[in-house]
Amino acid sequence: MSDPEIAKTQEERKRMEQQLASMNSVTYDEEFYGATNKSDYVSSIPVNDEDENLDPMDNDVVRRLASYTAPKSLMNDMPRGGDADDDDASGMPKSKKIIDREDDYRRRRLNRIISPERHDPFAAGEKTPDPSVRTYAEIMREEALKREKEETLRLIAKKKKEEEESGKAAPPPPEKAGGAQKRRNRWDQSQDGDGGAEAVKKAKTTSDWDLPDATPGRWDATPTPGRVADATPGMGRRNRWDETPTPGRVVDSDATPAGGATPGATPAGMTWDATPKLPGMATPTPKRQRSRWDETPATMGSATPGSVATPGPGGYTPGVTPAGGAGLETPTPGTINLRGPITPEQYNLLRWEKDIEERNRPLTDEELDSMFPQEGYKILDPPPTYVPIRTPARKLVATPTPMMTPQYAIPEENRGQQFDVPKELPGGLPFMKPEDYQYFGALLNEDEEEELSPDEQKERKIMKLLLKVKNGTPPQRKTALRQLTDKARDFGAGPLFNRILPLLMQPTLEDQERHLLVKVIDRVLYKLDELVRPYVHKILVVIEPLLIDEDYYARVEGREIISNLSKAAGLATMIAAMRPDIDNIDEYVRNTTARAFSVVASALGIPALLPFLKAVCQSKKSWQARHTGIKIVQQIAILIGCAVLPHLRSLVEIIENGLSDENQKVRTITALSLAALAEAAAPYGIESFDSVLKPLWKGIRSHRGKVLAAFLKAIGFIIPLMDALYASYYTKEVMVILIREFQSPDEEMKKIVLKVVKQCVSTEGVEADYIRNDILPEFFRNFWVRRMALDRRNYRQLVETTVEIANKVGVADIVGRIVEDLKDESEPYRRMVMETIEKVVVNLGASDIDARLEELLIDGILYAFQEQTSDDANVMLNGFGAVVNSLGQRVKPYLPQICGTIKWRLNNKSAKVRQQAADLISRIAVVMKQCQEEQLMGHLGVVLYEYLGEEYPEVLGSILGALKAIVNVIGMTKMTPPIKDLLPRLTPILKNRHEKVQENCIDLVGRIADRGAEFVPAREWMRICFELLEMLKAHKKGIRRATVNTFGYIAKAIGPQDVLATLLNNLKVQERQNRVCTTVAIAIVAETCSPFTVLPALMNEYRVPELNVQNGVLKSLSFLFEYIGEMGKDYIYAVTPLLEDALMDRDLVHRQTAASAVKHMALGVAGLGCEDALVHLLNYVWPNIFETSPHVINAVMEAIEGMRVALGAAVVLNYCLQGLFHPARKVREVYWKIYNSLYIGAQDALVAAYPMLEDEEHNVYTRPELMMFV
Amino acid sequence: MQASDRFNINSQLEHLQAKYVGTGHADLHRYEWAVNIQRDSYASYVGHYPILAYFALAENESIGRERYNFMQRMLLPCGPPPEREDD
Repeated sequence: MSDPEIAKTQEERKRMEQQLASMNSVTYDEEFYGATNKSDYVSSIPVNDEDENLDPMDNDVVRRLASYTAPKSLMNDMPRGGDADDDDASGMPKSKKIIDREDDYRRRRLNRIISPERHDPFAAGEKTPDPSVRTYAEIMREEALKREKEETLRLIAKKKKEEEESGKAAPPPPEKAGGAQKRRNRWDQSQDGDGGAEAVKKAKTTSDWDLPDATPGRWDATPTPGRVADATPGMGRRNRWDETPTPGRVVDSDATPAGGATPGATPAGMTWDATPKLPGMATPTPKRQRSRWDETPATMGSATPGSVATPGPGGYTPGVTPAGGAGLETPTPGTINLRGPITPEQYNLLRWEKDIEERNRPLTDEELDSMFPQEGYKILDPPPTYVPIRTPARKLVATPTPMMTPQYAIPEENRGQQFDVPKELPGGLPFMKPEDYQYFGALLNEDEEEELSPDEQKERKIMKLLLKVKNGTPPQRKTALRQLTDKARDFGAGPLFNRILPLLMQPTLEDQERHLLVKVIDRVLYKLDELVRPYVHKILVVIEPLLIDEDYYARVEGREIISNLSKAAGLATMIAAMRPDIDNIDEYVRNTTARAFSVVASALGIPALLPFLKAVCQSKKSWQARHTGIKIVQQIAILIGCAVLPHLRSLVEIIENGLSDENQKVRTITALSLAALAEAAAPYGIESFDSVLKPLWKGIRSHRGKVLAAFLKAIGFIIPLMDALYASYYTKEVMVILIREFQSPDEEMKKIVLKVVKQCVSTEGVEADYIRNDILPEFFRNFWVRRMALDRRNYRQLVETTVEIANKVGVADIVGRIVEDLKDESEPYRRMVMETIEKVVVNLGASDIDARLEELLIDGILYAFQEQTSDDANVMLNGFGAVVNSLGQRVKPYLPQICGTIKWRLNNKSAKVRQQAADLISRIAVVMKQCQEEQLMGHLGVVLYEYLGEEYPEVLGSILGALKAIVNVIGMTKMTPPIKDLLPRLTPILKNRHEKVQENCIDLVGRIADRGAEFVPAREWMRICFELLEMLKAHKKGIRRATVNTFGYIAKAIGPQDVLATLLNNLKVQERQNRVCTTVAIAIVAETCSPFTVLPALMNEYRVPELNVQNGVLKSLSFLFEYIGEMGKDYIYAVTPLLEDALMDRDLVHRQTAASAVKHMALGVAGLGCEDALVHLLNYVWPNIFETSPHVINAVMEAIEGMRVALGAAVVLNYCLQGLFHPARKVREVYWKIYNSLYIGAQDALVAAYPMLEDEEHNVYTRPELMMFV
Repeated sequence: MQASDRFNINSQLEHLQAKYVGTGHADLHRYEWAVNIQRDSYASYVGHYPILAYFALAENESIGRERYNFMQRMLLPCGPPPEREDD
């Protein structure tokens, strides 16, 4: 660099630094004036939460306030949610992927397939449905078939098992060859073996082969014109996709050539099945769980759970094996191929593949002969059309497209591959994650837009917008979302959902992305309205899993979507879409469907759904349907709570038969549903349960285990609804069973029993004596054992139940039984005892406790308190405090001992112990006072004073709190150490920045300033004032409030002048929060020391030509008039000239603050005869009504409202009338706004003040009544 | 003053105004305003017993009759709406 260049740069930098420096000392307020360019003001109030996703880092205002942080570019570059396994190693933040926090059950959502559109009978009218669209009848048939198949498989499995058992000694029966080629057969089987499949599963797989014979190929019977070569035998396993005729598909999309000829090689018609489980890779998924590979056509390829486990080498086939009919709209792999850079996974995969091929090369006949026994099977010839696939892994990689002949082609090498580095995307599209390539890969083609067909262009547009929504910056996202919404109907439901829904099934989806996509669906739904009908099931498949998400907001979101969906599609469509899922074989599907149905019920009303529910709950065909139907009722009760009451009887009637169902699961769910209904209806609606009482009570005598638990639960919720008399009777009935079940080792049963006991005991009709004699002995013997304290849920339930029992039988009984356990050797158990005692004593007091028990109690508590090793929840401390406080004066004899313990523990090595000891002092200080142990307290005070040098802020805070408690009870004069020694010791502690220290310290100082200011010299107080200014920066509002109040106390003690001077000086500081607090403090000083001591100095300060100071003064005035209320009438004339000036100032904030001062003033002096001054001020306020800045206009409108109160509505109306019919609309709008708020505020008062209107030819406008005179 | 203002009553004011029949807007016609005024007036007369008694005295009617009359007059208090020139 040459010298002049350097000089130039230096100069530039200097200039920038100057700019920065001037920013630091500027005389104007960023907060206010940065905003005057209006860009920071909200010009409208958002109706919805569009802004909620804005990254705070993108917001300049926020960023300026935040502390130092990395540059924005770096922040954006931060790797976002990489692979879960990397994270553990590198200590990166936890993965945000949804799948990583899901359990296996929830992951089953990925097994579902996004079904193709369905027939919409509403739109079609009388027309025969298009054969390409699936109708309700077809779907129901398929479901029935699936169920039948499942049933058959189960039977076969059972039979196999029986056979196995019966013929254990005999060699296993040879596989029914069924046309299977031997080698293939082995290969397949071994897979299942290492898949860890159980006997059932194994049997199932093998039986798959046989099935074509067992079930007549339904699909073959109805050949579709386009599918000549697709002769794969149709089996139940074969999914429904195939029936959609696909004209373009000459050859079945499966990789096996001539699939029909190799039924054996393609179990269940799925070639995919055979390969995904690469032996070298992670454990193959068990057969039963339908891997998504099965659903080739349905989904967008490699959306398999866990992309590592079943790798989809997206570089070659980014998984876009087109869906049957949809095949034509999805970009064919050929176009995407090789576009996306290879991910490291894929790279690895290629390496592995080689390895796998090596190891998995086909066995030769010799090898096989050496491995197998000589007899027991027959070697068949392979079918003539069978061509072995030599590289099993390759099959995965090179799925032929429907457009191509399924021959293997050597993948073209792409030299332009960039590993790891995301490719720059054209057209300002956001960054694409590797897993996005399969969905958005087509966007990378630089095809000319014009060459594309309109449909393709539309596709592309949708993809672009979705990518922007998913990965874009907030502004991109916002506009894209809006475009998607606006054009939803142009795009059409089909293309939109075909794009959005697969994205939601993406296994690597993150919470944020899901939220955004769900939002897109929500918006689009709203626009599409009835057009969504054919897609209802598709959407449900994707949205239902949200209903059982562990994240609350996801659940709410899911409910909202389904509710909107049902409003858009209508009940009939919803039922038609979900009916087939009600008796789906998969429990997961039924569960989510039940939940979805409950949302539909809450959206469309329960009555609309009742007939359907009734039919489902009485279904004769399958227990699954009944089970789901009853579950729907349960979910309805849980979802809508007490709103079930109007329909309670019908709901109970619908499910009551389930109590005597032949299936145990149905009986269980029925009881649980009744429990949910009773819980939702409580405390009403017992009459609706009349019909189920008998079966329930009979049921508890005949059932065992899970069913019994469910029945008990139902009874537990129904009993509290009963009248006292019945409740008592039924409690006695059920108690026998409950007591028997006390001993049950089952955890779930234990919890339910405890809960039911609690519910029974708390019911009115159950008497104390009965509980004492019949329940307590068994209860304590079985439940009050150490083991119960170990499980958190048991612990809580037991404590709750015991407390409830204590409410009935009294303190002495319960405490007497467990007090000994305070000295138990197990600490968790001691804690449980302590918590129970605490709750019981807090509820009922300690008057029942006799002298002996009292002694035992204190002894036990002291023991437990001293022996505790860890107490995070402060159970011991709370218990100690509660017992001491409720015993009151009776503690006196024990106080020396307690204080000894405390003193000893204050000196403990562990900070936690010291803190706890100090906390205990603050809890028992009041009781010590009651016991007249002032000397002891004084002593403790001195001890605490000595510990003020404490290092740990938490402990120091507690010590300060303890000192405060002592000072509060013994007063300033008797305090030891004397206040004059204590306070100077506190001044340096005020500098401590720890929140707890600050809070306790300022409280203590404030208390001293309030009650004992005279003990301390004024100079010390001034010193404290300076420290206090710093505290105005505190984050916690409580601290700032205490500080501001302390200013008031100090000013009262040493006179306002000095304090005021300090505060006025502080108005010059930069931070807004500090200034705001200062203005509040000034107002408080003015309030405590009378305004006349403060106003002169304050008004004088207004002459300082500095915006911050002037605004501070105005704000102080505003607060001042707010605080002094009607005292303001003496000062209003004094400040009017100042306000006049401020209301005419060029600066917006002046006018705004002055207007709010006027408001407070007007409200304060209403009715006190200051109308002249107020009208004068109103004349200055009024011209500001045309301000557009929201803060200013709000302040002005409020000032006018204040004037309405003070001057009366008529006066303001007269100001208003001039503009109501002004020729300029802008003017009219503002005036009508004022008129409206006037009207709402004082409608009646306006009657007398309306203008007199002249009659017109047809209309009478005059109000002659008002002219009447007697 | 603060950003929190957007969550306070002011944001709902327009909604609130929409709920009150008698409130107006920039496109309000003279006739509509007058109708509102008349109805408000009658409602006020009926609502304040002393003023109702005063009118009754002045008109030499019973208070009940007077109240009835006022309520009747709240229907089309200004006569039929004028023909609107535009749309």
